[in-house]
Amino acid sequence: MSLIVAENISKDYQVVAIKVSKNYGAAENVVRALRDVSFTIEPASFVSFVGPSGSGKTTLLNLIGCLDKPTEGNLTVVGTDVLKLDRHESAQFRGDNLGFIFQDFNLIPVLTVFENIEYPLIIVKNTAAGERRKRVMAVLEAVGMVDQKDKYPDQISGGQKQRVAVARALVSDPKLVLADEPTANLDSKTAYTIINLMKKMRDELKSTFIFSTHDQKIVGEAEIVYSLADGELVDKQVKGGKQNG
Amino acid sequence: MGNLFKIAIRNLFRYKRRTLLTVSLIAIGVIFVLGYISISGSFKKMMIGQITDSMIGHLQVHRKGFLASIDTLPLNMNLKPQAFKKLEGILNQQSEIEAYSPRIKFGGMFSNFVETSSIRLNGIYPEKEFKTIPLLTSRVMNGFKAFEKGEILIPELLARGMKVKEGDMIVVVATNKDGSVNGKQFKVAGILESATGPGGRDGYIHIQDAMEVLRMGEMEVSEVAIRIKDFGKVEAFTRKLDGLLSGEVNKEGKPAFEVHAWQQLSPFYSIARMIDLMTVFIQVLLIAVVLISIMNVMIMAVYERIREIGTIAAIGTLPGKILSMFVMEGLCLGVIGAVIGDILGSIIIYILNFSGVVTFDFGRQKGLVLLPTIAPMDVLIISAIVIFVSVVASLQPAFKASRMEPIKALRHV
Repeated sequence: MSLIVAENISKDYQVVAIKVSKNYGAAENVVRALRDVSFTIEPASFVSFVGPSGSGKTTLLNLIGCLDKPTEGNLTVVGTDVLKLDRHESAQFRGDNLGFIFQDFNLIPVLTVFENIEYPLIIVKNTAAGERRKRVMAVLEAVGMVDQKDKYPDQISGGQKQRVAVARALVSDPKLVLADEPTANLDSKTAYTIINLMKKMRDELKSTFIFSTHDQKIVGEAEIVYSLADGELVDKQVKGGKQNG
Repeated sequence: MGNLFKIAIRNLFRYKRRTLLTVSLIAIGVIFVLGYISISGSFKKMMIGQITDSMIGHLQVHRKGFLASIDTLPLNMNLKPQAFKKLEGILNQQSEIEAYSPRIKFGGMFSNFVETSSIRLNGIYPEKEFKTIPLLTSRVMNGFKAFEKGEILIPELLARGMKVKEGDMIVVVATNKDGSVNGKQFKVAGILESATGPGGRDGYIHIQDAMEVLRMGEMEVSEVAIRIKDFGKVEAFTRKLDGLLSGEVNKEGKPAFEVHAWQQLSPFYSIARMIDLMTVFIQVLLIAVVLISIMNVMIMAVYERIREIGTIAAIGTLPGKILSMFVMEGLCLGVIGAVIGDILGSIIIYILNFSGVVTFDFGRQKGLVLLPTIAPMDVLIISAIVIFVSVVASLQPAFKASRMEPIKALRHV
């Protein structure tokens, strides 16, 4: 049984999850990765899901990110019932509304820093060249990577790669940014820098940031912290008086 | 589109060695195919040219039934004077015709006053014949000189066997249509190099001499060889002429004429068809090479970039766009391979043509120099085949990439 039950879902939430479950496998080999998870996330929140490995953090982020579908329950992301989206619509929805930051940065190795950030604007959004350049330069400036813009991913450090990943996630002005263990491959100093960068970008762009982590030091930077254990939502902590679902 | 192209090129450069190998394989395939087409095509063209321009012309008109019994050269199957007049009237109106030459073909005995042998002869108007089959003069050994009445051009083998040389006097004896025998003395005006094909070992005399030997009061020609201005239109013109002559009937109400293009007159046409068939076979081999190499490299590319595919899918790249990205890579491989193959192939063909090192023997014709050329259309067709096959070969891996579940792709190690 989930600790938190979503209420008052008529409010303008970015994410509404009601009794969301996710099972893998079939019959007697079924693995219940998420069990009746319910929560809501308000716009411009800085939310973290924490928990040990196997607690269901990544599964939950994948569901919110429309990369996977719940086995049971209702899930509304940016006002859209994601269960109703087909493969093509899911891709379209992700491109229009979501930004992703990956643990391994996942930059495209054949593209420069500038081109990696520009990629969603070209391939996903079909933004005009002039507007593209303006927006890419703006996020490059924001993440402090202007001087590295012509380098390829293998020519920059891990921290710089994650800055680029943050910039790529934000360049298309998404309503929701999802980051799965964004600091796992970074040293603690760089990890703080990245989290603070994400927070700063949230403040500037008013996008909602949801990230997962098992690093307790990093968790402290989140405004709302949901704790997961064995696929269940077991705790919710709100900092700075910000209240949520 | 431009960005997809840029990404495709960058990805190809990511695996330089593999790309180089694949492009090389395609380019080598294209070079071989272009080389084969140019050499076989030039051989075919040369041989067709030899046959049509030195013996049979582009097409011929006979009296209906003559061709079926051409081996015996029956004089009673010649065109009657009135029929030939009609035919001439029609031929003179055809703007496609460059020249035509009436011939009286007959068999006779050839004597050097010591020995006697058989000979097949063509009675011709030299000026008309040389316009219709311009290479005939080049077959005259020791150079062509004017050819007049009372003179004969004899085939090389006969001259050698009978020990006859230019300037010698010989006698031709022939049986006419009524069965009586007549003879005439001729001066050897030249020795003709033998040529492979029908009429390649025939002798030539003036048509009026032929009429004299055969005691023809009025000219009855065995055939009319025709040369048209555009060789590429032989078949169309043959059909047209056949249609024009189909209305001409003999006393029995049956067609008076038969029209045959060079293809129906020369056994070389079967060889030409075989060359075309082998060209198709070689093209199929090229298709197989391109198909397998591109498919292989694209399957590898998809397999190695599963996580990358997951990433671009996760950030919202539509499946169709992912498919386009990989197809574009296959397309680029095909285009690069085809262009390099075209350039190198054309250079090699040019060198072969310029140096004239490709020689061959054809029948008794030794050391024929082949000058390979390639038509721009052939280059375009081969390139189009390679590019099309490249796209087809990359479709399956590209489709697989586009159908990948982003979540599974992102988990791939």
